[in-house]
Amino acid sequence: METMLRDRRAALLLVGPALLIYSLIVLVPVVWSLAYTLFEGNVLSGFQFVGFHNFAVLVSDASFWQALAFTLKYAVVVTLGQVVIGLLLSLMYVFYLGKASGLVRTLIFFPVILPAVAIAQLFSKIFEIAPQYGLVNSLLQAVHANGLIQPWLGQGGSAFWVIVIMDIWTSMGFYAVLLFAGLVEIPGDILEGARIDGASGWRLVRYIVLPLLTPILFSSFIFSINGTLKVFASIVALTNGGPGQETTPLTLYMFNTAFSNGQYGYGSTIATALAIMSLLVTLLIFSSARRDVA
Amino acid sequence: MNRRQFVKVAGGATISLAAFLAGCGSSTGGSTNSNGSAAIEFLSVQQEGMGWPLVLSTITDQYAKTHPGTTFKVNFAGQTTLYQKVQLLAGQGALPILYNTPPADLMTQLVKNGEGLDIESTFQQLGVLQELQPVAITLLKKVFNGQLVALPFELNMEGFWYNKQIFSQNGLQPPNTWDALVQIAGSLQQKGIQPFSASGKQGWPITRLIGNYLYRKLGPNALDSVKSGQAKLTDPAYVEAAQAVANLGKQGYFGKGVATIDYDPAVDIFLQGKAAMFYMGSWELRDFNNPTRNKIGADNIGFFPFPNVVGGMGSSTQTPMNAGQPTSVNKQKYNATIGQWLAFMAKNYGDIALQKEGAVTGFVVHNPPANLDALTALVENQIKQVSEPVLWFEAQFSTKSTNISQQDAALLATNAMSPDAFMAAVQQTF
Repeated sequence: METMLRDRRAALLLVGPALLIYSLIVLVPVVWSLAYTLFEGNVLSGFQFVGFHNFAVLVSDASFWQALAFTLKYAVVVTLGQVVIGLLLSLMYVFYLGKASGLVRTLIFFPVILPAVAIAQLFSKIFEIAPQYGLVNSLLQAVHANGLIQPWLGQGGSAFWVIVIMDIWTSMGFYAVLLFAGLVEIPGDILEGARIDGASGWRLVRYIVLPLLTPILFSSFIFSINGTLKVFASIVALTNGGPGQETTPLTLYMFNTAFSNGQYGYGSTIATALAIMSLLVTLLIFSSARRDVA
Repeated sequence: MNRRQFVKVAGGATISLAAFLAGCGSSTGGSTNSNGSAAIEFLSVQQEGMGWPLVLSTITDQYAKTHPGTTFKVNFAGQTTLYQKVQLLAGQGALPILYNTPPADLMTQLVKNGEGLDIESTFQQLGVLQELQPVAITLLKKVFNGQLVALPFELNMEGFWYNKQIFSQNGLQPPNTWDALVQIAGSLQQKGIQPFSASGKQGWPITRLIGNYLYRKLGPNALDSVKSGQAKLTDPAYVEAAQAVANLGKQGYFGKGVATIDYDPAVDIFLQGKAAMFYMGSWELRDFNNPTRNKIGADNIGFFPFPNVVGGMGSSTQTPMNAGQPTSVNKQKYNATIGQWLAFMAKNYGDIALQKEGAVTGFVVHNPPANLDALTALVENQIKQVSEPVLWFEAQFSTKSTNISQQDAALLATNAMSPDAFMAAVQQTF
């Protein structure tokens, strides 16, 4: 085996086809997309070279900045929500429910496997105002809080929080299971020792559990931030970026620009900005992880 | 492994990969079957067995009796993905013979690229131009820069549909002026009746009101002037129209949560008697005539045209009309066999659409059904009387301006965006 792998031609033959397919379906489109940023047009009208014009437009495009601000706000809030609530749930599984946590874990994990469109339909019904009140407005009506009845998805501010609640509810079970796996790996004698030394409750979590869970926590943050920066399906299904552009993340703005407006070059420029942003955030988390996890 | 073996294996792998990738590509399809008969393929936003596909397949079945082997196939594309799909297929030369027409700017490009057939000259050559209603030709030419490059499988007029019972119970008459309309809305609102049902999520039912206000205020060329650059949407006279519609929203006349209401719920709100008026096109007759959906009864629905604006240059006789989602013919796939089918289709479309679907189309009807329902008859009569059709607000806008306009309409209707800002945003991308 070793002899065969030392033969460069044999190694090339083994890796070659996969590398070729990978290059064709991943690297070529990425480079192609990057090249599109220097052009404007579409497949019908043809493409004209415009140099860095698309980047100049990007800098002065108020819609881009609005979408960027929404994306960052969404990513921070949802990532914190998913990981923190996931952590609390995992602590509850281990320290409160113990061996009986199986059913609860399954129920809380359940939304993870549901399609985004089905979840969005569920939430649009819960927060509906017309043709009839959804669950939330009906409850408000039942307790005579009529002043609070409102079109939750029809206003940018409240629609943002509905999206946040929906996406945290959907994914918290996944992060809870991930962190639960980390928690059960903490040796029992360490916890026992800490308890004998007088640590319990918050002090046990703060000084023993969290430090030992840090690598998994960082993994969770990286998973979550990358998912939330690229959020698309759930928002399209729930609000389609509306009302107006109030809940439009960068991904949806890029999609609309390229495919609805037929501006492939500018759409690729937005995609490049999104890719750079994802890369920077991941690098930031990795660099802090290296310092803390070491 | 020696060099020769390596070359053999590597070569084999490359050829297999190439064959695999070639197999992944779809066939572009032709417009003629192997036996020389027509193969009609239709990229449509309507599914097989309904609407235009149903009418066309019925026509093709009849045609196949004298032209055996003629086939008809529908390729469904959702409305939201249609333009994208048309662009992608056109870019690969794989656009089928019939396809739902994209917006004017894209269609103009398709015509330039030789993928849009000139219907006027083709129908003239085929001797069937008289099968198209003149008003449909006028409308389509207005939309597509003076060229007839689409077939009017629908012909719709728009206006306000109202609940007769609500009007009579409250002593109201259909209004003749915008001010009277606003007054009626106010009096209904006071009595706890929602004046209008509208879909803010779709946006266009709101922007239609802006366009019509402009036509009534500034005359039927109001938006031509914007297109030609003689006027701007940010001019005070244009902003006034957006302000008038924003005022309706401010008073709550569109009901709660207009921004969240999609098309179907908006229809249901009106057809369940929860709103008194509904601005919509005559394509909605299929729901008005559907007793399962229409809870107020078809007899209970009346129609009045978009009212005049006092002191305005337009009049309510200038009817907002459209040819619905039209359909174009791919010039690259056109040949004599297709021409024969097109001529047969043109002679029969009007009759069969009316019989099968109760649909009023841009094709001439030769044998009207004896028992036409009241609302369809009303629409047919109104359309016959139209001397000057006007288009909708975004008809001459670019795709991007159209998207911005319809996207921001909900903000305008909920007063989350000022009329000035709304018009400026649309003008900016014009």
